Amino acid sequence: MTDLEYIVDVRHVKKSFKDVHAVKGVNLTIKPGEFLALLGPNGAGKTTLVEMIEGIQHPDEGEIFIAGKQWKNHQHELHQMIGLSLQETRFMDKLTAWETMRLFASFYKLDTVRVDEVFQLIGLEEKKKAYVNNLSGGQRQRLALGVALLNKPKILLLDEPTTGLDPNARREIWNILLDLKKGQKTSLILTSHYMEEAEFLCDRIVIMDQGNILVEGTLQEILTLGGGHHSLDELFISLTGRHLYE
Amino acid sequence: MNKITNHQLYRLIIAHFAEIIREPAVIFWGVVFPILMAWGLGIAFTKKGDVNIKLSLVKVITEQDSVHETKLAGYLATNGNKKDSTYTIDLKNEKLGNVNLTFYETSWLNAYTMLKKGKVSLIIEDKATDTKYHFDPANAEAKTAYQLVANLASYGSAFYGVNQSGIVPLTMTGTRYVDFLIPGLLAMGIMMACSWGISYTIIDRRSKKLLRRMVATPMKKSNFLLALITARFTMNVAEALLLFVFAWLYFGTKVQGSWPALMVLFLAGNIAFSGISILISSHTANPEIGNGIINALVTPMMVVSGVFFSYHNFPDWTIPVIRYLPLTMIADGFRSIFNEGAGFADVWLEALVLTSIGTVSFIIGLKIFKWY
Ligand SMILES: Nc1ncnc2c1ncn2[C@@H]1O[C@H](COP(=O)(O)OP(=O)(O)O)[C@@H](O)[C@H]1O
Ligand SMILES: [Mg+2]
Repeated sequence: MTDLEYIVDVRHVKKSFKDVHAVKGVNLTIKPGEFLALLGPNGAGKTTLVEMIEGIQHPDEGEIFIAGKQWKNHQHELHQMIGLSLQETRFMDKLTAWETMRLFASFYKLDTVRVDEVFQLIGLEEKKKAYVNNLSGGQRQRLALGVALLNKPKILLLDEPTTGLDPNARREIWNILLDLKKGQKTSLILTSHYMEEAEFLCDRIVIMDQGNILVEGTLQEILTLGGGHHSLDELFISLTGRHLYE
Repeated sequence: MNKITNHQLYRLIIAHFAEIIREPAVIFWGVVFPILMAWGLGIAFTKKGDVNIKLSLVKVITEQDSVHETKLAGYLATNGNKKDSTYTIDLKNEKLGNVNLTFYETSWLNAYTMLKKGKVSLIIEDKATDTKYHFDPANAEAKTAYQLVANLASYGSAFYGVNQSGIVPLTMTGTRYVDFLIPGLLAMGIMMACSWGISYTIIDRRSKKLLRRMVATPMKKSNFLLALITARFTMNVAEALLLFVFAWLYFGTKVQGSWPALMVLFLAGNIAFSGISILISSHTANPEIGNGIINALVTPMMVVSGVFFSYHNFPDWTIPVIRYLPLTMIADGFRSIFNEGAGFADVWLEALVLTSIGTVSFIIGLKIFKWY
């Protein structure tokens, strides 16, 4: 399993909602330990693509392999292997951060030792006893990230983990993810509107628009490929005539 | 490592239970409100206070009349109390309860206004020669008022006090209005708690994408629903016990029949409404639509199932339908156990039907359940 070239392999995947073609035949591969940013404006199809990788949505066409396995007959193993945070999940308001984490830990048969570890990892120890609805936006996102990290996932999928956060709160999340990267045990797929985020965290960048991948590569590659642009936003404008983040 | 407190079913039950008891609104609607309702309605229909009936009196005097006073007003002027344009007369009967009649002497126009506003239910057209009564015969209160005033006009106020020895007021436990009410409230509590506590919770979590987040883990879906039902059931037992203890201490409510049968029926009722609640919440992610669905289920049964008053006043053809509504089966069963001394033999069929309704709804609900 460790000698697999790609930990995630997405092949010709399509998905439509009635007449909306959310994802129009996407190919995507991720190597073990690689951090990948999925950039694109609202409605580009990022969430739909990521949720198909997470097994939450099912492709109309094409196939997805995770560690060589497909969702339809390896649900249980794949659930153990991935960690994720959805765009805009809300946990139970009246549970404390600690209770929330313990609840999710129980799904992976983990005990309080791991829960404590994760609280330390996300720097939320002093908020263990706070109700979820009393946490700030940044603290909630860190809690969601902690929940995603409970099972030490091989693949971490984060859907807009920093959208709407102030620069400080965003930094805190980035630092947690940088530490994770040093460990080299986790691959990351992260969707974002923010170019800095992609630049700061990720080895490779994929830009999506209207259900298609426009360009992919390292930051340097795609900037030169686009004809020497100074920023991703400039590149995106030259590709589509629109801003990446509006 | 394998401690029970780390088990997902245990943690799910704890989480759901914590959410229930930490929500003040839940405690109010589940615990305080039913007790207030039992207390308020129990008192209102049990207390032997005087009944006050108000009437409009319109005097019609024509020029041909030789006298200057109309018939009823003349009687009231000599036998009742007059103050400004209001006459009062008290009818006394210890067994029946006293009735205080108040007559407002007024114009036709004003009389109709009072009627429309519900201040009076009867208009008396009072002439020198005879008296006419204007009222809606379908209105029981108006009809009573008519009979009292008509008798008063013919026989005088003494008519009301006769034959007191022939009246035997029912104050025995099991025959009062509260004895009818308490089992009904217990049944209603199950329905309300399940439909809001289970359905609404599911829909709300679906709308917040929490269901989706949870099933993206190795959590067993059945554990999630089982925990939700278990936490709700535990709470329902507590709510029912509190209401019962209140009724027992305050009204002396007793279970005359079989306690085990009561418990079985209680369980069956919970199964029925838990299943129905899973079914109706299996699809929508929109809390407003959920609200509508729950109300559409709950409100008709509240009205027709005889929680507050007997459904035998509804048209005959509806009775067979009403009798087999889940809420009716629970309420009727509880009543027969509480008040008629019923046991298993009398409620096993209801318990079986309720359990089947719950199981079938649960299975269908689970088949079509949307986790995403
Ligand atoms: N459940 C759905 N039903 C209908 N349309 C959807 C659904 N989910 C996504 N879409 C549509 O698919 C497109 C891609 O959406 P999404 O994947 O959420 O984009 P992104 O995450 O990049 O903003 C959008 O046009 C969106 O409106
Ligand atoms: Mg999205």
